[in-house]
Amino acid sequence: MNLNTVTEIKRPTSADEIRQWRDGYAWLAGGTWLFSEPQQDTDTLIDLDRLDWPALKASAAGLDLAATCRIADLYGFAGPPEWIAAPLLRECCNSFLASFKIWNAATVGGNICMSLPAGPMISLAVALEATLTLWPRGAPPRDVKAVDFVTGNHANVLQRGELLRNIQLPASALSKRFAFRRASLTHLGRSAALLIGTRSARGDGEFLLTVTAATPRPVQLRFERVPSAKDLRQAIDERIPADSYFDDVHGTPAYKRHLTGHFAEQIRAELAPPAQPAKSTKPAKPALSGARI
Amino acid sequence: MNYIVNGKTFSAEPQPGQCLRTFLRDRGVFGVKKGCDAGDCGACTVWLDGKPVHSCLIPAFRAADRKVTTIEGLAPNGKLHPVQQAFLDAQAFQCGFCSAGMIMTVASFNDGQRADLPHALKGNLCRCTGYRAIRDAIHGIGAAEPDVAGEACGASLGNPFGEGIVTGRARYTMDVAVEQLLHLKVLRSPHAHARIVRIGRDAAMKVPGVVEVFTWEDVPRRLYSTATHEDHLVDPDDSYILDNVVRFVGQRVAAVVAETEAAAEAGCRALDVEYEILPAVFDPVAAMEPEAPVLHQKGGEAKGNIYVDIHGEVGSVAQGFREADAVHEMTYSTSRVQHVHLETHGSIAWKDDNGRLHVRTSSQAPFITHQKLCHLFGLFPRNVHVFTERVGGGFGGKQEMISEDLCVLATLKLGRPVKWEFTREEQFIGATTRHQMTTHVKLGAKRDGTLTAIEIRVVSNTGAYGGHAGETLAASLGSPLTAYRCANKKADGYAVYTNMVPAGGFRGYGASQTTFAIECAIDEIAQLIGMDPFAIRRKNMVRPGDWIESVWKDPSDVGFGSYGLDQCLDLVEKALADGNGSRKPDGSEWAEGTGIALAMLDCGPPTEHRSGGVMLLLPNGRYHLAIGSTEMGNGSVTSHRQIAACHLGARADQIDIINADTDLTPYDTGTFASTGTVVAGQAVGLTAAALRDNILEYAARHTGTEPSVWRLEHDGVVSGNNRISLVDLHAAGTKAGHRFEAKRKAYLSPRTVAFNAHGVRLAVHRMTGEIRVLQSVHAADIGRLINPMQCRGQIDGAVAMGFGWALTENMVYDGLGKMVNPALRNYRIPAIADVPHTDVFFADTYDTIGPLGAKSQGECAINPVAPAVANALAKATGVRFPNLPFTPDRIFAKLAFQP
Repeated sequence: MNLNTVTEIKRPTSADEIRQWRDGYAWLAGGTWLFSEPQQDTDTLIDLDRLDWPALKASAAGLDLAATCRIADLYGFAGPPEWIAAPLLRECCNSFLASFKIWNAATVGGNICMSLPAGPMISLAVALEATLTLWPRGAPPRDVKAVDFVTGNHANVLQRGELLRNIQLPASALSKRFAFRRASLTHLGRSAALLIGTRSARGDGEFLLTVTAATPRPVQLRFERVPSAKDLRQAIDERIPADSYFDDVHGTPAYKRHLTGHFAEQIRAELAPPAQPAKSTKPAKPALSGARI
Repeated sequence: MNYIVNGKTFSAEPQPGQCLRTFLRDRGVFGVKKGCDAGDCGACTVWLDGKPVHSCLIPAFRAADRKVTTIEGLAPNGKLHPVQQAFLDAQAFQCGFCSAGMIMTVASFNDGQRADLPHALKGNLCRCTGYRAIRDAIHGIGAAEPDVAGEACGASLGNPFGEGIVTGRARYTMDVAVEQLLHLKVLRSPHAHARIVRIGRDAAMKVPGVVEVFTWEDVPRRLYSTATHEDHLVDPDDSYILDNVVRFVGQRVAAVVAETEAAAEAGCRALDVEYEILPAVFDPVAAMEPEAPVLHQKGGEAKGNIYVDIHGEVGSVAQGFREADAVHEMTYSTSRVQHVHLETHGSIAWKDDNGRLHVRTSSQAPFITHQKLCHLFGLFPRNVHVFTERVGGGFGGKQEMISEDLCVLATLKLGRPVKWEFTREEQFIGATTRHQMTTHVKLGAKRDGTLTAIEIRVVSNTGAYGGHAGETLAASLGSPLTAYRCANKKADGYAVYTNMVPAGGFRGYGASQTTFAIECAIDEIAQLIGMDPFAIRRKNMVRPGDWIESVWKDPSDVGFGSYGLDQCLDLVEKALADGNGSRKPDGSEWAEGTGIALAMLDCGPPTEHRSGGVMLLLPNGRYHLAIGSTEMGNGSVTSHRQIAACHLGARADQIDIINADTDLTPYDTGTFASTGTVVAGQAVGLTAAALRDNILEYAARHTGTEPSVWRLEHDGVVSGNNRISLVDLHAAGTKAGHRFEAKRKAYLSPRTVAFNAHGVRLAVHRMTGEIRVLQSVHAADIGRLINPMQCRGQIDGAVAMGFGWALTENMVYDGLGKMVNPALRNYRIPAIADVPHTDVFFADTYDTIGPLGAKSQGECAINPVAPAVANALAKATGVRFPNLPFTPDRIFAKLAFQP
């Protein structure tokens, strides 16, 4: 929609051109959220397009995504075969309520900075143990762990004017086995719960469970080895009290708590057996809604 | 900046915050539609450098120097792109408002996307078709049949405006450029109940571009109802154009008129309103309590907040329950839902050089709107012209006058054209909804299945204003009970004011709500006595020879013009028994169940309803048909041409049609209450028959023969081997002073009845609450099919809307009466992934009351869907879900899973 309160567009070619930050400024990435609601407190959009950040760079270290990487580019990325967790990129793209047309404009960074509980790029970044590089105004860049970035519904650690520059998915995480589960109140709708488990490819090693959408901010549980069902349930209940699940029209807190426990156990069971090389290169085939690809 | 739109290069400077959608429309590219303006519906889809995007989300400046392609530029030189042709062949549209975006999306697909429509089309919402015809188009399945003279009636002819729809040239309400146009926006109340103490307008008037502010002090202090009916007395006069008391969150407080929408919005924000907050009540049961705050004291209320109560009893239910071997008693409730026609409400008003007022609007009832405008503003009817061009969906939502009045107010004051277009959010918070109803049902039955008593108590939440409250309440106590033969029936109904958004007319109109309750209850009592759901319905359903009565003994004008309910049940039973090969997913957590429900409809409202037609034979041998009814995607212009062609032995495309225009067509009450065929269609039939007689009589006079030897055939009159072309006949007649014209009127009485039955087989996941519909079958008894393709399309659309009501849609409010989810990404109408394929069957009937054997069909198909789903869910889980909708979290809560 028209943002009628916006009176100026700045189109810097370097982020340094924006030295002074004031109320009314907003970074413009894909614009797919900004232009979807009135933005009465915004009078200036600062276009990130001309910064021309390369969308994605794969290297031995991992996958480096610019914040401005379009969802469509991420969806189209094919990683090297040893990155057996790479199918998660598409799983998470397909977890958007938004259609592929929106992916042609929307960005990975935009979704992370929106910091909605159901933001699937948050699920992806947290599950794959990403490091986010932030560019504060007038200070050197700083790194934060993806799991620490989102602090609540529509809230994050960004300071005034601070810019998310890139998202680094380490090769170590991309080389893990994974299990993915998601549910929505409608077919292919917004996530009520999106859980991802990972475990090292060798089949021993630590078990990492990431809970998103069901909670206002991502929750990650780390186990040295795959826990028992009982221990997992107990760990979840300790980390996520029953009254702290997210309450919105996309699912009641009680339902989200139930899904979290249900999916967590499925993920645990799926990743508990030692890896079988032939199988491990294939994405898990979840049996549940929203996961039909 | 330089822009390249559909191959044309030009330079322009968009507003800084402007989106590509409005930038294109400002330049006359009207094929780019606004459905939601928030990226959810896809109606504004265009290509940017060949990639599809939602233009409402694209900053206009970013499109500079890139290739923009809209529907107008999809195919060069007036040809059709293969996807446009496929949509035309399959008639993959009804109102057509979503079609441009749908086609631009489909035309961008690769093979993988074509094979995965649930994902690929998730960003395109259609409210009319249920997506079946769209799937057909994508899969290359055509349905449109050739137009053969004399065989128009009963043929699946295409929409005469189809090419305009698929090319983006069809003009909807807002698709015009008007010079000197002013824009109107309203400030809406943040409070559920408040008195307006003061409105400071100085700051607003100082906003550059603001021309005028209107508050309650500036409007005629004249009560009226926004609801439109022929009989103005069936709705309470409880509204002012602008009021000094607001009674729901979202009610209009003031209107600001400005040179631009942006200035009008800024003006609204600059208004300084002081409210005195009043106590509010949201629950209709609480609103009936003596201590509840009272919303209206205007003399039209029955008692306190009870706008109207309706009661009736035939026989004695007390006696009936004494005779019963089993009694079922439960309270059922339905949710508040919105129509979500893709074209929002909106109007443009202007005065011509002679001072006549013209109102271009999106309405199902332009003639009643005309009357109401004259009433409110003290205008002479001849000085006012109200019309529609193409209307992008209605479903009952446009049986209201809620945008025209303010535009007229402003135009009368300012002398300039004024436009007001609702936002999608305003559709949710400031238009109307389906009435939320809570229905207590008590049924008694004997062991052999005979119903001994039916008793219901309905409480309807009409919200802050009472339009349609009485009529929907009466409907809720009517046909759902009439459908069953039972000696003892009783009903009590209450329509209650609350501080909620007003309810209004909505496809199914009260009957939907009670059909849900009763059809669930019938299954419950069947289970109590161990009887099959089909058997108990067959034992008790109304049949020819029965009185068609609910709970009142008064004489009625409803009769069995035809009867096909028995066939409907047989068709659904057989289809379910045959199955469709789809099995429930593997795993013990999936439970499977089958459910059915039936519905009955009186064809047309009990209130007055009338329509008139005019037809002319033109010098070029074609016909002109003027009919007042509105086309909003219901297909009436298609079927009206077919009805006329049938009487005239012509091809449908020989008939030029104009509709819904108070200057150019005779009076019509409005297209609602399933009257497009049985009233307006009747008028067309009578008019066409009269013109046929006129032509044949002149042919006889011209040749000195008897009229009975002549007949119309295609473009001529024929008698034996003699043939005179209509062109020649017209020339001869005109020379001799004959006039080839006819005018007739139709009135709705008597009324016939239509029936529908729906069957659903579904799987439900016991752990996640997910529902997958495995089979959906529908049978309709709607008499002769004037246009089978169109009839099926209407049913597909109504069934999809029924699935939305059952499974996904719900308007959610916070404790202060504010809607929590007024956006399409949070209020979910069915997307293509949510709508199963439905096999549609028709009973073989020919009605003796309706025109050419046809009956009403636009509404009733929605009614049995939700209860069929509920009954299948109950069979699958062993648990009755009495409250709509059945979202997975609610299913989970009721099944009480152990984590």
